[in-house]
Amino acid sequence: MKILVCISHVPDTTSKINFTDNDTNFDTNGVQFVINPYDEFCLTRAMWFKDKQGASVTVVNVGGVETEPTLRKALAIGADNAIRINALATDGFQVAKELATVVKEGKYDVILAGKESADYNGQMVPGMLATLTDYNFVNGCVGVEVEGSAVSITREIDGGNEFLSSGLPIVIGGQKGIVEEKDLRIPNMRGIMMARKKPLQVLEPSGDPVATTIQSFEKPAPKGTVKLVDADNVDELISLLHNEAKVI
Amino acid sequence: MSVLVFADSSEGKFKKTALEVVSYGKKVAEQLGTNLVALTINAMDSSELYTYGAEKVVSVSHDFLRTFNAKQHSVVVTEVAKAAGASVVVIDSSIDSLYLAPIVAVNLEAGYASNVVDAPSSISPFTVKRKAFSNKAFSNTIITTETKVIGLAKNSYGIHENAVLGTTENFDATLVEARVSLEKVERVTGKVTIADADIVVSAGRGLKGPENWGMVEELATILGAATACSKPVSDLGWRPHGEHVGQTGKPVASNLYIAIGISGAIQHLAGINASKVKVVINTDSEAPFFKAADYGIVGDAFEVVPKLIEKLKAFKAS
Ligand SMILES: Cc1cc2nc3c(=O)[nH]c(=O)nc-3n(C[C@H](O)[C@H](O)[C@H](O)COP(=O)(O)OP(=O)(O)OC[C@H]3O[C@@H](n4cnc5c(N)ncnc54)[C@H](O)[C@@H]3O)c2cc1C
Ligand SMILES: Nc1ncnc2c1ncn2[C@@H]1O[C@H](COP(=O)(O)O)[C@@H](O)[C@H]1O
Repeated sequence: MKILVCISHVPDTTSKINFTDNDTNFDTNGVQFVINPYDEFCLTRAMWFKDKQGASVTVVNVGGVETEPTLRKALAIGADNAIRINALATDGFQVAKELATVVKEGKYDVILAGKESADYNGQMVPGMLATLTDYNFVNGCVGVEVEGSAVSITREIDGGNEFLSSGLPIVIGGQKGIVEEKDLRIPNMRGIMMARKKPLQVLEPSGDPVATTIQSFEKPAPKGTVKLVDADNVDELISLLHNEAKVI
Repeated sequence: MSVLVFADSSEGKFKKTALEVVSYGKKVAEQLGTNLVALTINAMDSSELYTYGAEKVVSVSHDFLRTFNAKQHSVVVTEVAKAAGASVVVIDSSIDSLYLAPIVAVNLEAGYASNVVDAPSSISPFTVKRKAFSNKAFSNTIITTETKVIGLAKNSYGIHENAVLGTTENFDATLVEARVSLEKVERVTGKVTIADADIVVSAGRGLKGPENWGMVEELATILGAATACSKPVSDLGWRPHGEHVGQTGKPVASNLYIAIGISGAIQHLAGINASKVKVVINTDSEAPFFKAADYGIVGDAFEVVPKLIEKLKAFKAS
């Protein structure tokens, strides 16, 4: 089984978000970049397939040279090899088109991608990639098993779960549940040493035009201060929610 | 040219977000000087959509479409969009819609902007405001393709009446082979879900253990609310995973969010701050949630919540 895990390189979840150049660029000053949390779940799931079913695992990122430490981290966690497509990723459609080229070339059986990236929150790359490559596709997966060419998937829906079956090849949009939080893999010393020697291939982009561009960023308007209500006076809270906020 | 909205329904009835996308679509159609077309799948009565501005409703009905299948549904939306000559397609942000929209975008070779929170600020270039960086910022995004797909964030534009004389026509969409098949569904019935809820009651590690959730559920029942929790609470197995909200859990965009014994970590707030009104109950007046909340009580949940339940019961009865 050949697995491809799509890795998005994003600011750590605690990062302060600021912009530069007249609010047209994200200010990376002092920002720690990490593997996108959803992709971390996917990568751990891929490691499980590697250990238990002998799968080979490739990780891929569309991004500049600054994303290589993130790919090295994925290699240290246990991926066999990495591919970086050397393009600035600003539009999900463009990212999906670049990834599609790699997918067609590499003939992967299973593609794992996160359901959303924590920076632009596009929520589109897995679905677009599946459609561009004509792979099967399930989004929002909280469980996936592969037996031969049969895939069984658990998908989270509103208020419950769906149990689905499909054949290969398939794109899985994954989230927490695909593995549990406590099972997330972190790199150990040996992994980090080995990662240095693993192949990281850099490909030039096909240069498809983007479908969206970002004109500017803004931050939410600052919030007013909280209205405190005395713990002995919950009636006042009810009255405020009813008369002032009009939400009950 | 036209604007197409997909007005999603459940068991024949339109969801609130369907009325929101129709309201939004009407606005975009006005900006573009064109007509609004609404697509419904297995909905019973489309005339409700006329009230919000849908001049034309395209109704697709088939047993095959009774359960959601992203591939099949995307074919329907794509075919109707092409038939209507839609230059803009608007879809809501339900779990199913987020599955559907990127497929439709590729089918239509359209740029896709998800998480859109407002009407286009300009139609040339076509510019929309979207949530980015997990609710910590917005981006003004230009969609450069001829056809555009917009994913409208829930509770962002609101529902606006705009009655028109509408007509409904039926449409036969192509049925495709389902390559992903549904074996089984497990759904909690009789509970308000976080996605649908106007009010969400959420509790965190401050509640000490799963045995203390009775009061949370009772409060939720009185308010007709969904229950939710912070991430450690679901990681510890105190509550099901489906209740985990925040940056890496479910997003919440309700009218009212009540946080009990939740500190207000940045990852928690990122996922819930799209809610209109936030209330915090916490013993620690320094808890970061007080900076994000509209109303707060510094106090012990085990004292405050039972009192709140009692007073709310009286309030609801009056
Ligand atoms: C990559 C990453 C992603 C994350 N994603 C999420 C996410 O999506 N959602 C999320 O929630 N978290 C997320 N977190 C975790 C987050 O950082 C916090 O650890 C978590 O939100 C804290 O949960 P809590 O507020 O329930 O617990 P705590 O931080 O332990 O807070 C408990 C609070 O309860 C109060 N309290 C104690 N006793 C009482 C009482 N009797 N009455 C009233 N109040 C009381 C305390 O004063 C305290 O403020 C993420 C973390 C990381 C690293
Ligand atoms: N630049 C990128 N390179 C590789 N994979 C990506 C990139 N951007 C997004 N992805 C993948 O697509 C998923 C969803 O991202 P998005 O559609 O941007 O929210 C991520 O979790 C990644 O798995």
